[in-house]
Amino acid sequence: MRPGVAARVVVRRPEFTLDVELDVAEGEVLAVLGPNGAGKSTLLDVLSGLLRPAEGHVRVGDETLTGDGRHVPPHRRGVGLLAQQALLFPHLTALGNVAFGPRAQGVPRGEAERRARELLAAVDASELEQRRPGRMSGGQQQRVALARALAPGPALLLLDEPLAALDVDAAPALRSLLRRVIRERKQTALLVTHSALDALVLADRVLVLTGGRVVEQGPTREVLARPRSPFTARIAGLDLVPGIACPDGLRTADGLLVSGRAAGVDDGEPAVAVFPPSAVAVYAQRPSGSPRNVLPVRLAAIEPRGDTVRLRAAAVDGGPAWVDGLAADVTPAAVADLGVEPGVELWFAVKATEVAIHAAG
Amino acid sequence: MTSALTGKRRDDERRRDHEFGVGLPPLLWVPAGLAFALIALPVVGLAIRADWPRVPELLLSGSALDALRLSLVTAAISTTLCIVFGGPLAVVLARGRLAGLSVLRSVVLLPLVLPPVVGGLALLFLLGRTGLLGRGLDLWFGVTIPFSTTAVVLAQTFVALPFLVVSTEGALRTAGQRYEAVAATLGASPGLAFRRVTVPLVLPGLASGAVLAFARCLGEFGATIAFAGSLQGTTRTLPLLVYLERESDVDAAVALSLLLVVVAVAVIAVARPRGVEGSR
Amino acid sequence: MRIRATTVGAVGIALLLAGCGNAAPTTPAAGPTSAAPEARELVVLAAASLTETFETLETEFETENPGVDVKYNFAGSSDLAQQIVNGAPADVFASASDATMKTVTDANLTAAAPTIFATNTLQIATAPGNPQGIATFADLTKPDLKVVVCAPQVPCGASAEKIEKATGVTLTPVSEEPEVKSTLGKVTSGDADAGLVFVTDVTSAGADVQGVTFPEASQAVTNYPIAVLRDAPQAELAAAFQELVTGEAGQKALEVVGFGAP
Repeated sequence: MRPGVAARVVVRRPEFTLDVELDVAEGEVLAVLGPNGAGKSTLLDVLSGLLRPAEGHVRVGDETLTGDGRHVPPHRRGVGLLAQQALLFPHLTALGNVAFGPRAQGVPRGEAERRARELLAAVDASELEQRRPGRMSGGQQQRVALARALAPGPALLLLDEPLAALDVDAAPALRSLLRRVIRERKQTALLVTHSALDALVLADRVLVLTGGRVVEQGPTREVLARPRSPFTARIAGLDLVPGIACPDGLRTADGLLVSGRAAGVDDGEPAVAVFPPSAVAVYAQRPSGSPRNVLPVRLAAIEPRGDTVRLRAAAVDGGPAWVDGLAADVTPAAVADLGVEPGVELWFAVKATEVAIHAAG
Repeated sequence: MTSALTGKRRDDERRRDHEFGVGLPPLLWVPAGLAFALIALPVVGLAIRADWPRVPELLLSGSALDALRLSLVTAAISTTLCIVFGGPLAVVLARGRLAGLSVLRSVVLLPLVLPPVVGGLALLFLLGRTGLLGRGLDLWFGVTIPFSTTAVVLAQTFVALPFLVVSTEGALRTAGQRYEAVAATLGASPGLAFRRVTVPLVLPGLASGAVLAFARCLGEFGATIAFAGSLQGTTRTLPLLVYLERESDVDAAVALSLLLVVVAVAVIAVARPRGVEGSR
Repeated sequence: MRIRATTVGAVGIALLLAGCGNAAPTTPAAGPTSAAPEARELVVLAAASLTETFETLETEFETENPGVDVKYNFAGSSDLAQQIVNGAPADVFASASDATMKTVTDANLTAAAPTIFATNTLQIATAPGNPQGIATFADLTKPDLKVVVCAPQVPCGASAEKIEKATGVTLTPVSEEPEVKSTLGKVTSGDADAGLVFVTDVTSAGADVQGVTFPEASQAVTNYPIAVLRDAPQAELAAAFQELVTGEAGQKALEVVGFGAP
């Protein structure tokens, strides 16, 4: 199989050192997930040629763009970019914008405009042809920007959180448009995102980057269904507790036993216990009897989400740190009954049957 | 939604809405009015002092027409030179990565701070017959610059450059480099990105800088007279003629001054709307 | 309020018409000083070419009239005339041309008819050593010679024009300067080979220029009139000053720097 993109990137920053190795098969979409400051933008800058890495290489197709003493400048790399901000050229119409790439490559005006019209049709933006960016909505601009990025036929398309600046109504349409157009054209792409939904819809594989290093990677569904790191779990909307696998489940660093169903992990191995917030019951007092999986928490935040309310926990004084960020979904009525506000102490009780324990990897 | 037709109407509505908005502190009108008066009243004084019956004859005299033609031609050439040389300078100042760029920037502002006559003298000491470079020009090429129309153009360019450079550099800084980065990812070489992205984006700032430069060229006096001298048809621009006429015929001086005012206002009125609107 | 507006208006118009090339003439100390009986101020507006001479005379005058401080305003005669006409307070006006004095007399601002106290004639100024070997007025028409003159609108230019007409020799200068000092300046800087300036200018330039006298200069003599102003705050002192200038001491001082007898 022809190699798509292969890269090893090392960049030294004051806060951390970015050290990533990745590859994207031709026609594949790789999502890069990570918190802010993890190095995602730096990675994109290296791939697009705006930054030279301290060490490493970038190969796209058969060509080495960076490495072996070579550094191909950004305008000759064949690496396109679609960013959060559409950054359409304000002095050109949509047609002019989309035709810009081909014309820069020397394609005659007539042919370039023909290609541009085709792409604008592919992104459902034909009616915007003669319009200037100043008169387009955010969603419309992003559509034209997508067409523009695809026009030169890049070997690799970089997508830098393309939906982040759109409002809630515009994002879904663009998300499915991206999916359709990218798949139709079998475009090799690398997507940087915060959103599990974006990753699930658009990407074949996902790579999780924290503090400059890759902590997880694999097929999208798998990684998000069975996260191995707190950040991935957070993105996937799941709760995660790290520890060591033991016969009854998982034992945390501070000795708490979390009961659940283990799979694919041997006792004594590092493991994570993962469960959805809906599996957590919340009590104002310590629940009587001795149910399993009971944790004292301090309420950090209340997040209304449609007809449920997500309560976010923080560690109690002297308590274990992994409690931070745990979420529990409850009904609004329950919140009212509990009479809770941030800062109060609560008890989370997790349903053991919904706890999945797997290897930490 | 917003179309070219309804756009203007929405501007009017917005303006009307503004009246019900926060409004200006009334006290602001006082210093504002004084500032306006300081600019407008002396010009009004000129208009009152003018000997209107004689004005047509004064303005159509040979010397006046020569001076007007010379002023307009040299100002146009000088402004063009400012654009051709000052534009790239502005780009370098805004985007260049050189140590000591801030020092360079202060040097560029010198003509704004120097009294124009000093500037003229400096040009003379550089390009005059005994000057640093002028010496060589005279000796090897037989070229003398002082007393020529070239000298007028050089003097005007010298004093007007900072206006253009500052205005353009400001526009460049505001625009940032993001568009050029995008152009690069689309395959545009730095040269192409400059021509097709940077230049169109910076055009409004460049245009308003050019208007200021042109106006400054029209009014330029000190450097011109010190460096180029004063000869009808060759180097005596309108301001020089005004200065001369006030010795013997004050009415002529006043009439010519008014002519200068009218020409300057016309230039600004014609060029400014595009400059202002373009920047928003 | 009104006084301030008039002053602003006068200064504004005066500055506007004076152009920005010259050092802006400062309005002399405003009107009557509520001073002690002895300390009095005499304001004299004089043509720039009279600077050296009048400053010499200042010491003499102040010695003869203890408690008096003479304040000079040296500038182009036409600027000064304009200032007087627009109401600038002063005691004496000494100008470098009949025409500029006429502006003031036409406005009825002199106490009596002006008196001519000196004359000036043109001289050719060249670089020290006279490298181009200029000996006559006609030599100024030599090809490739860079000659600067004053514009006809100013006294020294008017004289030059008169001589041209009288001799039939037409000059082709590279510049017609609006002030005699800038004409001289172009010669001292080396950019012009020769300039037509006043004798007094050549004297004041010392070793920087060499003067070449030519007989035709006597065909165009510039008169220097002096007059006490009608509204002079110190009319008596003004008259005394005029006496000094036209008297022996004044005439001697004027002769030293090259002025001719009236």
